[in-house]
Amino acid sequence: MSDKVLLDYGSGGRASQRLISELFLKHFANPELDRLNDAARLELDGPLAVSTDSFTVDPIFFPGGDIGCLAVHGTVNDVAMLGAEPLYLTCGYIIEEGLPMEDLERIVVSMGAAARHAGVRIVTGDTKVVPRGTVDKIFINTTGIGRIVADPMPSGDRAAPGDAVLISGTMGDHGLTILGTREGLSFEAAVQSDCASLNHLLLKLVREIPSVHVLRDPTRGGLATTLNEIAISSGAGIEVQEKSVPVRAEVSGGCSVLGLDPLYLANEGKFICILPEADAEKALEIMRADELGGDACRIGSVTEQNPGKVSLVTPLGGKRLLNMLEGEQLPRIC
Amino acid sequence: MSLTLLEKFHDPDLCKGLLDKLHSLVDREFRFMEVCGTHTVAIFQSGLRSLLPEKIVHLSGPGCPVCVTHESEVNAFIDLAGRDDVIVATFGDLMRVPGSKGRSLKKAQADGAKVAVVYSPPDALKLAADHPDKTVVFLGVGFETTAPAVAGTLLMAREQGLKNFKVLSFHKLVPPALGALMTDPEVNIDAFVMPGHVSAIIGLEPYRPVAEVFGKSAAVTGFEPVDILGSLVFLVEAWKSGEPKVANLYPRIVRDGGNAKARAVMEQVFRTSDALWRGIGLIPGSGLEMRDEFEDHDAKKAFGIEIVESPALPGCRCGDVLKGKLRPDQCPLFKKACTPASPVGPCMVSTEGSCAAYFKYSMD
Ligand code: SF4
Repeated sequence: MSDKVLLDYGSGGRASQRLISELFLKHFANPELDRLNDAARLELDGPLAVSTDSFTVDPIFFPGGDIGCLAVHGTVNDVAMLGAEPLYLTCGYIIEEGLPMEDLERIVVSMGAAARHAGVRIVTGDTKVVPRGTVDKIFINTTGIGRIVADPMPSGDRAAPGDAVLISGTMGDHGLTILGTREGLSFEAAVQSDCASLNHLLLKLVREIPSVHVLRDPTRGGLATTLNEIAISSGAGIEVQEKSVPVRAEVSGGCSVLGLDPLYLANEGKFICILPEADAEKALEIMRADELGGDACRIGSVTEQNPGKVSLVTPLGGKRLLNMLEGEQLPRIC
Repeated sequence: MSLTLLEKFHDPDLCKGLLDKLHSLVDREFRFMEVCGTHTVAIFQSGLRSLLPEKIVHLSGPGCPVCVTHESEVNAFIDLAGRDDVIVATFGDLMRVPGSKGRSLKKAQADGAKVAVVYSPPDALKLAADHPDKTVVFLGVGFETTAPAVAGTLLMAREQGLKNFKVLSFHKLVPPALGALMTDPEVNIDAFVMPGHVSAIIGLEPYRPVAEVFGKSAAVTGFEPVDILGSLVFLVEAWKSGEPKVANLYPRIVRDGGNAKARAVMEQVFRTSDALWRGIGLIPGSGLEMRDEFEDHDAKKAFGIEIVESPALPGCRCGDVLKGKLRPDQCPLFKKACTPASPVGPCMVSTEGSCAAYFKYSMD
């Protein structure tokens, strides 16, 4: 194959086939995909969870991960947040002509490894190559399918007054890493993305604690925006103790330089768990026993006051609104 | 600074002591204004606002450089960004500021205008070196804090012979704005919390008239809760004593004399001019324009930019908010026609504006 991705590779002809067999099949191998039919045949019964997401991250390689593994983790996590066991993934690649083949291979290898680690199979896919300048290097779409295990299923509208609000670890690592590695930023963050598939831990959690009311991953918009979504859909209030929210020193340092708030930065390997107070300690034990939940802690409660709103109790004991993020966070002027 | 020292300025016990003192001191209405957006945000973000005695009325002044950038100036940015031969380089927070027809750099960018978000003026200079076929125009918005860095970058551009680097200077100066506020008979403020970063450059001298001419106290202070509370205790005590005072309560960063070197660089490149402030109007001697020796790098001259005052946006009460005559939530457009997603006026535009702070942090 050429050392750059050429338009030919998306033609559907021989060049495309070579790309598929020498690259994608090699790293994604599984019985469903290997048949290379127009569609994959799956055996599934019971309630299913389906989620789709498109990944367009800049830069495509960043400390702690790359767009390939991110495309697996992101969708696997979305499926798992319904208390489901993710089983299959589909993936669509849109590649800019001229992308170094080496980069593409690195992405595919990382994606294959992430899928194996999460225990999901990439069963069907699609590759398009588009002229230089029409996309930025590479976009990946993944759709995930899983079997829902939890009954009743965790859902944002089930947060109820008296529930405890837990998170699985530190906030803002992924978001600051991405901002910190962008070109032109004179500040270099000594942080790395937390991107990871959380499905094994989540499955353990919902199997051992059927009373889990809400599971959510605070991705874009961060913890603050996700909690607001939960408050709105459940109609309950959420009160968060600011000093309980774990943030790495490097992350809070980087944020204060740039005028950003870690509570609004994206996370790709963390989750929020809301459940009855009585089960909170047990849930924390399960989370902390897993390497992806080592820093798990309780950050607040669901309340009857301030319905539909999230309030933050500051370390001084003052109370203020923790609002949704408006647009993207932009570094400040002075 | 070691982390432990910084932590002391967050210390809840220390804060509680200062808060108790404030509660015992304030027995009638006391109106203070902070002249810096970063203070506004710090007061809300730390939750201080909900802990201050009710009799303390907290007002946010014209201290956010983005908020006071006039819509006519924003129009000039957008026009420049639309030119084929220009790349406009700016700090991110100007992106969403609406011009007079609701257009913003963000919208212009979606229409194909070339706008680069940079994190420091030297980043813009690098952009000019990388694109010799284009003119890179850095949008010079900010107070005395930003102007020296821009001036320094202009000196670098001259040294490197990068004539395709230009600055559109709409810098503004804080002391003349204070003068304008205090001579407005409708403005009713008992004391001022002065901007820490600006003061690090200009020092204490420019604030003397606040006490000597206008009989109000002013405290320069930092952005941590202990800093802010300490300055309030000082200001309330000074007000009660009937003896107006100007003090530097931020000596770990601000020297009384300011930073003479930074001022020299700023004065080498810029001279004062009249400037339009959004929501307030023309304030004589409150702007910075480039000296003739730097006209090679002056975007105003290169592109023949003239600022014509466009009419204020209908219904917006920002002028009153910036002058402390109105609380943001008393504006009829607040949270209705005017939100951070579609800001009507400057105070809602920047995250440091007072309307945006109310929208973002206030529980009511
Ligand atoms: S709410 Fe909007 S329109 Fe009203 S004063 Fe504030 S910025 Fe201006």
